[in-house]
Amino acid sequence: MQVTVTVNGVPETHDVETRTLLVQYLREVRGLTGTNIGCDTTSCGACTVLMDGESVKSCTVLAAQADAHEIITIEGMAAADGTMHPIQQAFQEHHGLQCGYCTPGMVMAAASFLQEHPQPSEAEVREGLEGNLCRCTGYHNIVQAVLAAASPPEAVR
Amino acid sequence: MIPASFEYRRAGSVDEALALLRQDPDGTKLLAGGHSLLPLMKLRLATPGVLVDVGRIGGLSYVRDAGDHVAIGALTRHRDLETSDVARSEVPLLAHVAGQVGDPQVRHRGTIGGSLAHGDPASDLPAAVLALGGTLVVQGPGGTREVPVDGFFLGFLETALGPDEMLTEIRVRKGAAGWGFQKFNRRAQDWAIVGVAAVVGSDPRVALVNMGSTTVRARGVEEALAAGASPADAAARAAEGLDPPSDLNASTEYRQHLVTVLVRRALEGATTGRG
Ligand SMILES: Cc1cc2nc3c(=O)[nH]c(=O)nc-3n(C[C@H](O)[C@H](O)[C@H](O)COP(=O)(O)OP(=O)(O)OC[C@H]3O[C@@H](n4cnc5c(N)ncnc54)[C@H](O)[C@@H]3O)c2cc1C
Ligand code: FES
Ligand code: FES
Repeated sequence: MQVTVTVNGVPETHDVETRTLLVQYLREVRGLTGTNIGCDTTSCGACTVLMDGESVKSCTVLAAQADAHEIITIEGMAAADGTMHPIQQAFQEHHGLQCGYCTPGMVMAAASFLQEHPQPSEAEVREGLEGNLCRCTGYHNIVQAVLAAASPPEAVR
Repeated sequence: MIPASFEYRRAGSVDEALALLRQDPDGTKLLAGGHSLLPLMKLRLATPGVLVDVGRIGGLSYVRDAGDHVAIGALTRHRDLETSDVARSEVPLLAHVAGQVGDPQVRHRGTIGGSLAHGDPASDLPAAVLALGGTLVVQGPGGTREVPVDGFFLGFLETALGPDEMLTEIRVRKGAAGWGFQKFNRRAQDWAIVGVAAVVGSDPRVALVNMGSTTVRARGVEEALAAGASPADAAARAAEGLDPPSDLNASTEYRQHLVTVLVRRALEGATTGRG
């Protein structure tokens, strides 16, 4: 079937098998390998992307379901000149990653969460990221990074 | 993991979905949010020949105040139910439970219709609707029928929905009755090992998650409450007549004990207004 998906602002039309998962489409058809596959069973959140601005696990969405929708992946977060998104900067400054495998999904989940909760408490951040697993950091610095990204830009240190 | 091949059709209306279903009811599955069906298809535990995507049908996502009840469109996503002002003020139990399902990503995709139609005894929303005494509006080849939730859950992943029918609306009565919800799990994001949705007042109803092959009512607790028993005394009867599963998370005996604790907490929450 034909799908037209706008990814990071760029619409493209491709022929795909009906059973193509969104994550496969992003990685294999669009060549955007920043979105990782971890569990492949909707548990770990590594494959999280934004669909019309909201976090979804792209291993559990069909490319057909994303047809005519807008997807943002980790590649779409930095500005055109390479300046990192404030959430990415906060992850760097607060050491919110070690191996980095969970990071693209964490950043996308955090982006959606902060849209819905602009001034979250620490407990809200922890609950808001419950769909994303990290085997390295113990979460503490991820939570600090998201809290920092929530503050007004001049407060992000 | 990739699902087996299937033919993908998109329905623009309920009538179109029903017409597509009618062509091969047993080989066809409706696709709403896909968050129960796609995981099963990826594991090849479900291999429908045709998927009818109902996710784009307009006008089936709403939470409406309809006088004595609240009407919820079958395609309403958990996130929209959780944040709906009407649900939060008129059926706070339902809004609260919608916010306890899975994780934010799951709540951005899953729908209440899919959750009920799937008929999984481990799901939270079926218990909430059962406790609230809801009515399900079902459309099929013969027109529209209303199914009381008490007759909807028939067995494991089995409901009163025929293979050629579609659930379109869920109705739950309004009322100022107290409510409580308890969900016990060991890890964030997990399904309930046991869950309880309780509504107290003149017609107390208590529904249980993961205490049998379907979502069930705790009849003994309800009888005791109606006879004026305290939450603790009523809760002691929570496992009466129930034979919950034994699995990696908990044994049958563990669940039979846990349910008495959770029902007591849910009833205490309901009577003190804590939820
Ligand atoms: C990681 C994960 C964690 C989860 N955790 C929880 C949890 O803690 N608690 C919980 O309750 N649920 C949980 N869920 C399930 C989630 O709530 C699902 O979204 C929901 O059960 C199904 O809704 P859906 O719209 O995704 O349905 P789909 O997957 O699209 O469909 C499910 C079934 O219902 C049928 N169907 C769908 N809509 C209709 C309709 N309108 N009429 C007739 N048949 C229909 C489909 O044909 C299919 O058989 C979890 C899911 C995942 C992936
Ligand atoms: S790969 Fe999608 S949730 Fe783990
Ligand atoms: S940084 Fe390694 S999994 Fe999170």
